[in-house]
Amino acid sequence: MSQSPVTEDNAATRPRTSSPWIPAALSLVVPGLGQLVVLKERDLGLKLLIAWLVIALGPTLVMTPLRLSGTQVNRAAVTLADTVALSAIGIGLLIAAYAAVMAYRSASPEAQEAVAEAATAKAPEAALSFQDVHVSFATEFSTVEAVKGVSFDVMPGEVVAVVGESGSGKSVTSAAAMGLVPKNGTVTGRIHLNGVEVTAMDAGQLRRLRGSEVSMVFQEPMTALNPVLRVSDQLKEAMEVHGVAFGKDALAKGVELLELVGIPDPARRISEYPHQFSGGQRQRIVIAMAIACNPSMIIADEPTTALDVTVQADILDLLRRLKEEINTAIMLITHNMGVVADMADRVVVMFQGQVVESGTAEEILLSPKHPYTRRLLEAMPKLHQKTVLDGPAVETAAPPEPVTPSDASATAETAIEARDLALAYKHRGKGIRVVEGVNFSVPRGEILGLVGESGSGKSTIAKAVLGLLEVDHGELLIRGRNLPALSRKERKAVRKDIGVVFQDPAASLDPRFPIGDIIAEPMVVHKVGSPKDRKERAAELLDAVKLPRSVTNRYPHELSGGQRQRISIARALSLSPSILIADEPTSALDVSVQARVLEMFIELQEQFEFACLFVTHDLAVVDQLANQIMVLEKGRVVEQGEKHQILREPRRDYTKRLLAAAPVPHPQEQRERREARHQLLAAQGLI
Amino acid sequence: MTGYIIRRLLQFIPVVIVATLIVYAMVFLMPGDPIRALSGDRPMSEQVQDRLREQYNLNDPFLIQYGKYMWGVFTQGDFGTTFQGRPVLDIIQQGLPVTLTLAAVAFCFQAIIGAIAGILAAVYKDSFIDRFVQVSLVVAVALPTLAIAFLLQLTFGLNLGWFPIAGTRDGMVSYILPGIVLAAVSTGIVARMLRSELIEALQSDYVRTATAKGMKRSRVVTRHGLRNSLIPVVTFLGADLATMMGGAIVVESVFNMPGLGGQVFRSIQAQENTIVVGIVTLMVLFYVVVNLLVDLLYAVLDPRIRYE
Repeated sequence: MSQSPVTEDNAATRPRTSSPWIPAALSLVVPGLGQLVVLKERDLGLKLLIAWLVIALGPTLVMTPLRLSGTQVNRAAVTLADTVALSAIGIGLLIAAYAAVMAYRSASPEAQEAVAEAATAKAPEAALSFQDVHVSFATEFSTVEAVKGVSFDVMPGEVVAVVGESGSGKSVTSAAAMGLVPKNGTVTGRIHLNGVEVTAMDAGQLRRLRGSEVSMVFQEPMTALNPVLRVSDQLKEAMEVHGVAFGKDALAKGVELLELVGIPDPARRISEYPHQFSGGQRQRIVIAMAIACNPSMIIADEPTTALDVTVQADILDLLRRLKEEINTAIMLITHNMGVVADMADRVVVMFQGQVVESGTAEEILLSPKHPYTRRLLEAMPKLHQKTVLDGPAVETAAPPEPVTPSDASATAETAIEARDLALAYKHRGKGIRVVEGVNFSVPRGEILGLVGESGSGKSTIAKAVLGLLEVDHGELLIRGRNLPALSRKERKAVRKDIGVVFQDPAASLDPRFPIGDIIAEPMVVHKVGSPKDRKERAAELLDAVKLPRSVTNRYPHELSGGQRQRISIARALSLSPSILIADEPTSALDVSVQARVLEMFIELQEQFEFACLFVTHDLAVVDQLANQIMVLEKGRVVEQGEKHQILREPRRDYTKRLLAAAPVPHPQEQRERREARHQLLAAQGLI
Repeated sequence: MTGYIIRRLLQFIPVVIVATLIVYAMVFLMPGDPIRALSGDRPMSEQVQDRLREQYNLNDPFLIQYGKYMWGVFTQGDFGTTFQGRPVLDIIQQGLPVTLTLAAVAFCFQAIIGAIAGILAAVYKDSFIDRFVQVSLVVAVALPTLAIAFLLQLTFGLNLGWFPIAGTRDGMVSYILPGIVLAAVSTGIVARMLRSELIEALQSDYVRTATAKGMKRSRVVTRHGLRNSLIPVVTFLGADLATMMGGAIVVESVFNMPGLGGQVFRSIQAQENTIVVGIVTLMVLFYVVVNLLVDLLYAVLDPRIRYE
């Protein structure tokens, strides 16, 4: 209207800038598009609308003072701004009207009634109840259903273990209970928390629920705390968010909580940063945060998987104690049947997004019905100990005799030998000894298990044997040749004889290399064979690790974790080494996969007769494989000798503690073991 | 901590010596005779030329010249005098406020706009806002500084008349356009860096923990996400503040500002070597000091870093 005289007036002189057809077309097309957006994505549509108005009105607002002052201004610019602004306002109003209608419709009373009805219709008395829950994720190409109709209850004060392998949907199920499913996931079905339907809540209601009614303990304590905030701040905010306590009160309560979860000297340590605590302590802090607002439900997602056995036993003790003290229900997600036996009242077994079996812990662990449950239990490596523990006898006076390379083993060729070995990491030019006084010898065809907690120096020894770390003191003989004394060239030749398998198959295979090249790479490095020979050898090795030859042209990400670890093993064997270093090769794998990989490992060892250093923290795995065992603590050898002696008749306190902490998948037996462990710790004066 | 600072200060010595030596060499070993350039077309008597050569140590071997000059700078704060007999320190004192104001304006611009753009892009990842931010940043980074300068001068200075095109007569307003030009590239880098850092931080376990505590999304982002993702950005900003002194040479020349950058440019053309060396020495010192401060700030932001 007001623009038309201007337009005409201008049309005579500058016809191009002010043609009325452009805004007219725009105001037809853009609202159409806008309505489509509003229809599909209301949030985005409204944001677009605001942006649209700002962009459109901006020029006019800017122009106003210029126009008032009059002179010097390009008239065409003013006219253009006016045209744009007017058409934009028109368009914006159309979109706004449409959005308002849509918003009114979607918020129509019938929907609310339905929600309210659903909430009151069935309010089970369970602390947490899943009813026919489905979770699906929209990916680029299709939708993947991660959880397919799961139903189970967790009663107040009860511990329910959800068991399954990676990809079984157990973590997604728990995330759904807190409304933490990632954006591309949709949850259907009903989840009730203390009789209130979680699935019908909006974002604000969910937020008030998290941390106060239901809280979570995560798998990875090393990364679960914010590294740049003090523990006190992180504890305080957990309370302040829900108005439980503020400022000084919150701090005092935080100290109390740390005391409760067993952090020594909490009043001082509360103001430290997470990196100043050990892994086990960090998990205790996460637990303290989880119980800060007295939730009625705790979801613990693999809370002990990343921890050492002894620390695991302590954390489980803590959870058990807290459960009794504050009477919360716990949903414990795990794949370790030993942990299940130790903690759970009831067990839910999940497989490919479905519950395949559920029942009390005794039922599931002692008489599993579903074949999958049975397979899981069979796959669990077992520690064959004497049925009755040796009682809490304190360490016998006799010191252990270090197994020196005796005449008995002289018959076989000695593959690796360490004499008074000491290793150090360099920091600012100063060496810090992390391993000291280590003696061992591994004859050809035998496996030495290196056992210890994190920080015990077991991986450091493996590194030194690989020549990745300089020997600080002592001798390290690889097939009779002292590694530290060799020249660079000789070392390379020695290294040709050593294969290595690392812990994480996802990280130790180059994602840009096809499988065939990965396996052949050691041969390329040491210039062995022609390309054709290498290809043939790679195919042979794939047979040996029981993978189809067709995977040669595939890439690591196309394979599963277990398959990738088989590739790692094939690569390690490609030069037919007489020595193999295996650094926790199965700890990143699921139990059933681990069982198969270990089985294959034993077969290969018999076939290739390599000497092996097997680094692990899992005593049961060592029991399956090793001939000798060396137990390490803080870089020193605690005990070493034949497998049977170490595992059945441990002499040292540390070994006994380590053995006592390993849980077994049998509720009754585990209870006895737990008590025996407490007696042992009491006898050693540790509690 | 004090031990660390002392070590770092000692490291300054070789850095400053090498940097100034290179500059000194480049300036004084340039072809052409500065005295002759000074006289221009007019004839100058041999005696006057000799006296000037003597006064400015031009007859000494190069290293001695350099040594005498540095000795003056660090013992008496004497940056030498120009061939016209004006102390270089005078010129520096005149130009420094202009350049520092310009740098401050540019710094504020890139810190604020870069941070806002980066945060918005990260929080609304893959949305319209994110794409909009990303595209405009690519444009900002890809356009040559000169092009941006002329574009802004043309639209906002000439056509719209909102900001002055050149000089500093209008006070703070005249610093806005040059500040934007000086900050343009770094703003893009800051925003991109913050975006990727924040996206990574928002996917981390501790952000999940914070969400599970029941905190608001906005608080999770600011308190947990931002704190961590700011660490590398602050480092970049600090280092960039120092390199800005170099960028000022172009911008001050284009906008005809009486700052140190423009001064250096004019002095190089006029072969006023003492001024060039004086200002560049000052820039080098500024650079190393700012870098030390950034490293110290790093330890404040990230408690895992401890300097002994």
